[in-house]
Amino acid sequence: MQELMERAKELLASGEVARVLGWKKGENDWDVEPRFFESVDSLQDFVYDGFCGANLSKYMIEAGKKEGKTLVFLKPCDSYSYNQLLREHRVDREKAYIIGVGCKGKLSISKIPFDGIVSVQGASYPDVSENLTVQTLYGTQTVAYKDAMLERCHVCKGKEHVVYDELLGESTDTVDADRFAEVQRIEAMSPEEKFAFFQKELSKCIRCNACRNVCPACSCRKCVFDSTAFNSDQKANTTSFEEKMFHIIRAFHVAGRCTDCGECSRVCPQGIPLHLFNRKFIKDINNLYGAYQAGSDLETKAPLTNFTLDDAEPGVGRG
Amino acid sequence: MRRIGVFVCHCGSNIAATVDVKKVVEMALLEQGVVHAEDYPYMCSEAGQSHIAEAIREKQLDGIVVCSCSPRMHEATFRKCAEKNGLNPYLVEIANIREHCSWIHKDMQEATEKAVILMRAAVAKVHLNAPLKAGESAVTKRALVIGGGIAGIQTALDIADAGYHVDIVEKEPSIGGRMSQLDKTFPTLDCSACILTPKMVEAASHENITIHTWSEVEKVSGFVGNFTVDIRKKARYVNMDKCTGCGICQEKCPSKKPLNEFNRGLNNRSAIYTPFAQAIPNVPVIDAAACIKLKTGKCGICEKFCQAGAIDYAQTDEIITQQYGAIVVATGFDTIKLDKYGEYAYGESKDVITSLELERIMNAAGPTKGHLERLSDGKAPKEIVFIQCVGSRCSDDRGKPYCSKICCMYTAKHAMLIRDKYPDTNVTVFYIDVRTPGKNFDEFYRRAVEDYGVNYVKGQVGKVAPQSDGSLLVHGVDLLENKQILKKADMVVLATAIEPNSDVRKIATMLTASIDTNNFLTEAHPKLRPVESPTAGVFLSGVCQGPKDIPETVAQAGAAAVKVIGLLAKDKLKTNPCTAKADELRCNGCSQCAGVCPYGAISYETRQVNDHGIREDRRIAVVNSALCQGCGACTVTCPSGAMDLQGFSNRQIIAEVDAICR
Repeated sequence: MQELMERAKELLASGEVARVLGWKKGENDWDVEPRFFESVDSLQDFVYDGFCGANLSKYMIEAGKKEGKTLVFLKPCDSYSYNQLLREHRVDREKAYIIGVGCKGKLSISKIPFDGIVSVQGASYPDVSENLTVQTLYGTQTVAYKDAMLERCHVCKGKEHVVYDELLGESTDTVDADRFAEVQRIEAMSPEEKFAFFQKELSKCIRCNACRNVCPACSCRKCVFDSTAFNSDQKANTTSFEEKMFHIIRAFHVAGRCTDCGECSRVCPQGIPLHLFNRKFIKDINNLYGAYQAGSDLETKAPLTNFTLDDAEPGVGRG
Repeated sequence: MRRIGVFVCHCGSNIAATVDVKKVVEMALLEQGVVHAEDYPYMCSEAGQSHIAEAIREKQLDGIVVCSCSPRMHEATFRKCAEKNGLNPYLVEIANIREHCSWIHKDMQEATEKAVILMRAAVAKVHLNAPLKAGESAVTKRALVIGGGIAGIQTALDIADAGYHVDIVEKEPSIGGRMSQLDKTFPTLDCSACILTPKMVEAASHENITIHTWSEVEKVSGFVGNFTVDIRKKARYVNMDKCTGCGICQEKCPSKKPLNEFNRGLNNRSAIYTPFAQAIPNVPVIDAAACIKLKTGKCGICEKFCQAGAIDYAQTDEIITQQYGAIVVATGFDTIKLDKYGEYAYGESKDVITSLELERIMNAAGPTKGHLERLSDGKAPKEIVFIQCVGSRCSDDRGKPYCSKICCMYTAKHAMLIRDKYPDTNVTVFYIDVRTPGKNFDEFYRRAVEDYGVNYVKGQVGKVAPQSDGSLLVHGVDLLENKQILKKADMVVLATAIEPNSDVRKIATMLTASIDTNNFLTEAHPKLRPVESPTAGVFLSGVCQGPKDIPETVAQAGAAAVKVIGLLAKDKLKTNPCTAKADELRCNGCSQCAGVCPYGAISYETRQVNDHGIREDRRIAVVNSALCQGCGACTVTCPSGAMDLQGFSNRQIIAEVDAICR
């Protein structure tokens, strides 16, 4: 962390960047939040540890509208989101100084199964094989770092950054699960079971819009759910059916563009596994059009917005 | 609030017998904004139209819903009627209560209910219709014909004679197509080549025709009047300007292994070859897969012997790009593969052949120099069995559900020719039905039976079993005698079903022309527009549209040419004003729409927008309305709904759906 802060101060002091986009300490160890740091002094609140799961790429849309360059720290998986935004002309590469930071797996406070958590130690320089020490109101507990990791880290996309200006820090391989196992489990369900599953999960939705607001693919200037043009702005939160439609439409809108960064599930206050919708699309796209990872580069044509004569035509009974 | 008039057509009894039109009128009057509603026996008639005109004047209508037939029938009629009476034609909506309702329902109550719903949807839409104005686009006065068989040649000749330039693209080394492989033609028995080659020569020497053989259409963009086509001229490895067609290269070529496609693989050809003697152009191509020089770098014999110095091993594929106003598809047919018909022992015995193979055997330029002989031992067959409908009129998925149409006639021809030339050879034909509609066709078939003693047996063959003595045991059934037949034959000929050429799918996709479940190209209307594709500017000629014989093909080829000429004769075409438009306040500038636009109609510009007081420079999509064809691909790709189709806006469609679900 110190290394990152020093480098940020250097770049800010030299005037090479006008601001730093990073993570700010919160009240609690786990309350880390994204933040623009405009001065060297303000960087004292900068933090980079196991709780810095937040993907900063989407904030670069706003950064692009500001004067001067913005230094941004991107973890390997975040860099896919940035690349996808670059591809969609939503961010200005010229106005970004990207430091690719190492990542050793990020934590989820909701995965630490204790009541009355006061502090979590061991999140700063974590190693997947180690334990976290958790101070609670009721005494000290330990939990394996691995068990407290975000779902997405168990199916990590890898240690490589796909876009950066410089790299700092090391990454660890944290993969220990099959990315599509849960999707396959749902696919195997009967239609009734599927309906019941999604009914159960989506009925928890409170339409706080956190998933949409954090999603780097949901970067429309005016979201269709906020737009008065379709008479849908006030519709989507009136019934449980329409709540489902919100998530399903959102999944369609980001299909083929979603990098599977997992932010939707990370921020959902109700713990809905929203990433499963996107991952189902990704799985289908991979099956129908060949393996594709959104954001991996700027050149590969995206399967859903590209047409070739030998495209699969699921559902088209022609000839 | 719009002032809407609803006009409900009886279409004689077509609609009124199933839909209670009075009820539709009554319900229409309850809809918001509807100030006039009436029914009339024939809305499309002069009198019907005058009712509309009168209502526009008297009730000051600014929106019209006609509940009638498909908009493909009379939308233009009613739009013109509105325009004549001072109303923008795009303020007219059609509710299709015939094809979508009365014709497909029996119960009057249900049909009426549905007609009311369709009317409501159209009223809901017309509330949101905006007046639109059609633009104009120029017409490129040049036509492309894809396929150089008799269909393509005839279409090209007819267009060229009218004074327009035509390019023929043929994937084989020569034009001529299937007809060039035929020996004789029914019902006159004249030699196929003798009537085809004059047309080939005429096409080749016509000042308005350019022939690209050994070429394929690679890419098509644009729209009616303004197509841009990339044509891949495959490397021929022979300089067409230098070659004299002497043929010494083919004689000297040491690579004689490749199967001769022109003779249906019954014999071999050299690696450098012209498919047949009368080929046009009479310039050989080198089959790169078989050429020793191209494969190993060693050989070069053809180059050494070519006195004209025409051999060019360094030649590469060339892409030529050309503009066209119209495109004619004349891609023809092939016989189906018989791998699912193991019972006929095709592929197992050399003496079981398809009719097209027999055609080559009977031909003087064929593998047996025109002698009828068994391919296994070269002996003259004394018993020949013809099996009809192999893969045609088939109810399972092994074959095709349709009648291939030409087989009854060519089998009668083969049988007659064999009996005429080899009177000591017996010919038996197993058939389901003999179908001979066509001028002089039935007379022809009867001659085969009555004058030439061909033995026709109504019934099918279950099995052809090759015997150890080299003969074939045919297990058939005679349905009229109701008995099983076991017949020893020396040769079995299969009237194999025909299917559209395998390339047609690729071509149809490039042209966005629709094809049916059998891969035949679909007509714009099965009866009234049989040579036009539903895609404007794309026309159909020959078997690519459906099975047909030579006279029908030539007639259709001429008809397609007339349609092309009618199009090319125009200087300007009215463009469809239902084009896409980007809302600058919602556009993200993400470029996804540009990626999916098949017409290259979308570009981007950075301009200042005023978003509720916030001024900023934004990257915004811009639609070139002259290029946009209103396909709507961009509107469904746009995640923010910024891209919308005029005349079919998201709001309009949602309003229709809401009205239906009300």
